[in-house]
Amino acid sequence: MTDQAKQSKTFPRLQNVGLDGLLITFAERLSDGANRAALAFRGRVEAADIEGITETTTSLASTFVLFDPLKSDLDHIRAQLLALLDGTDWADVPLPQGRRLWRVPAAFGGTRGPQLDEAAKLAGIDRDRAIEEMTSTRVRVLTIGFAPGQPYLGTLPPHWNIPRQSGLTKQVPTGAIAVAIRQLVLFTASTPTGWRMIGQTAFRGFRPDQDAPFTLGVGDEILFAPISEQELTEIENTDQTGLGGATSEVIT
Amino acid sequence: MTAALIVRRAGPAMTVQDLGRKGQLVYGLAAGGAADRVALAEGAALLGQSLGLAAIEMAGMGGEFEATQDIRIALTGAPMKADLDGATVVWNASYLMAAGQRLTLGAARSGNYGYLHVGGGIDSKPFLASRAAHLTAGIGKLIQSGDHLPVGTDPLLDQTGNVLIPQDRFSGGTVTVLPSVHTAHFPEDVRARFEATAFERTPRGNRQGAELAFEGPPFSTGEQLTILSECMTVGDIQMTGDGQPFVLLPECQTVGGYPRIGTVTPGDFAKVAQATPGTPLRFEFVTHEQALAAHRPLETLRADMARSVQPLIRDPHRMHDLLSYQLISGAITGWDHIED
Repeated sequence: MTDQAKQSKTFPRLQNVGLDGLLITFAERLSDGANRAALAFRGRVEAADIEGITETTTSLASTFVLFDPLKSDLDHIRAQLLALLDGTDWADVPLPQGRRLWRVPAAFGGTRGPQLDEAAKLAGIDRDRAIEEMTSTRVRVLTIGFAPGQPYLGTLPPHWNIPRQSGLTKQVPTGAIAVAIRQLVLFTASTPTGWRMIGQTAFRGFRPDQDAPFTLGVGDEILFAPISEQELTEIENTDQTGLGGATSEVIT
Repeated sequence: MTAALIVRRAGPAMTVQDLGRKGQLVYGLAAGGAADRVALAEGAALLGQSLGLAAIEMAGMGGEFEATQDIRIALTGAPMKADLDGATVVWNASYLMAAGQRLTLGAARSGNYGYLHVGGGIDSKPFLASRAAHLTAGIGKLIQSGDHLPVGTDPLLDQTGNVLIPQDRFSGGTVTVLPSVHTAHFPEDVRARFEATAFERTPRGNRQGAELAFEGPPFSTGEQLTILSECMTVGDIQMTGDGQPFVLLPECQTVGGYPRIGTVTPGDFAKVAQATPGTPLRFEFVTHEQALAAHRPLETLRADMARSVQPLIRDPHRMHDLLSYQLISGAITGWDHIED
């Protein structure tokens, strides 16, 4: 075994992953700050353009760096990353430039959000208040995963720290919005889930027929614009782009 | 007109594969690509072409193929019963397949993934710089009977009749592993037991992951349910909720919440991908330095294999005629012996 067996409890923590990976973890638990740190540090690593680094990504609270172990040795990459970390509180560093704010039409409740009432109750508020919060809170793409282009959005106010269901919903449709643990998922494919479905959009995070098939980038923000079920049906019937009526602008 | 490979009969799990698409992890898409990269290097060496060209990956079972024009073919990976218009074809070799000839590939005799390479590569439309199907992500599709697969331009049409000795990866054995994201979460005695345990592949698995069976208590971190979802990497050995190990294959998710005790080194990855039910596997942690010293990038592997390629018979131009004679069968048996 290597010295990595004795894992440090201090953060940020740098650890080797396989032959060509390094993971920089900012916290053991998800917090808004830990996610901001992961996004900001990834931006810093990308900007530093370190020889031998081939790819970077983020999870909820970590930055993941892949490198070519034959072009640049592990110790060298580690040293460069440690130098970049440099005692900075990465949660306070501004997020990278070029992120977009998306305004995404969404219908909440009813047949488009069958578990809205149940979720609102768990959050200790009524359904109108829940819709009001969901359509006035700018949520950030914390990470993209589990399916291509599928965003995990957050973080919602603390009362939305509601658990997943003990059972699975057999199938939620593409475009569904589901909630748990202060996060929303905007599903890019029809799938079973333990998260409660509270709304739906005609927004597609993965559009394989497009040259740029991934609609969102990590760190982008979404503001849901409330529409009726009928309006959503109209968008679904007419939208050719997969954006589902969404518009976006660069966050400045 | 460009050549096409006509699929007269498709096996149940055939896809176009290459080295996959890098740079998409941040969008939730793993690189994907061929389950057995060594087979891609062998095919490229046999046909004297680039490692990046696409081939047909056949899981468990081949199919029947015909070409619209003369093309070169090579067969690598899991060896399957193979014939060209009824004449036996040897695995790990290249041939000229004349227009109208019928190539018939049967079930895998060992291993899981066999590969049919064509001179010039399969020239289907790339998506994000790769032709690889990634079915779990909704990219590409299974090859179907009746498909016409475009074949790229082949400048080396006269170079056929070569054979190579494949890298042995079909009988399991010791697989070296490096620490992964959660290795330190597993107590030392659990890691020691992991290294001392005999595993074997179960029938459960696909291009996302391969399940392993073993005897003994589950391999647990003791904090299984509280781990935050974290980045995954191909080769990670994941312990699911009940402590059942899965090795993650090229179509794995990019993040996951189950703890991973280690990750298979790139050089031993094909051993796991090609392990069939019952194939014994053992895991051994190595240091980064040891793994790096043993690491042979695919391009090096391809170049070394290209140098060791041998003529299948003395006169490749007469190969087709010769194949109808019994005198070749001795040589075929010889190669079978090497493969097994």
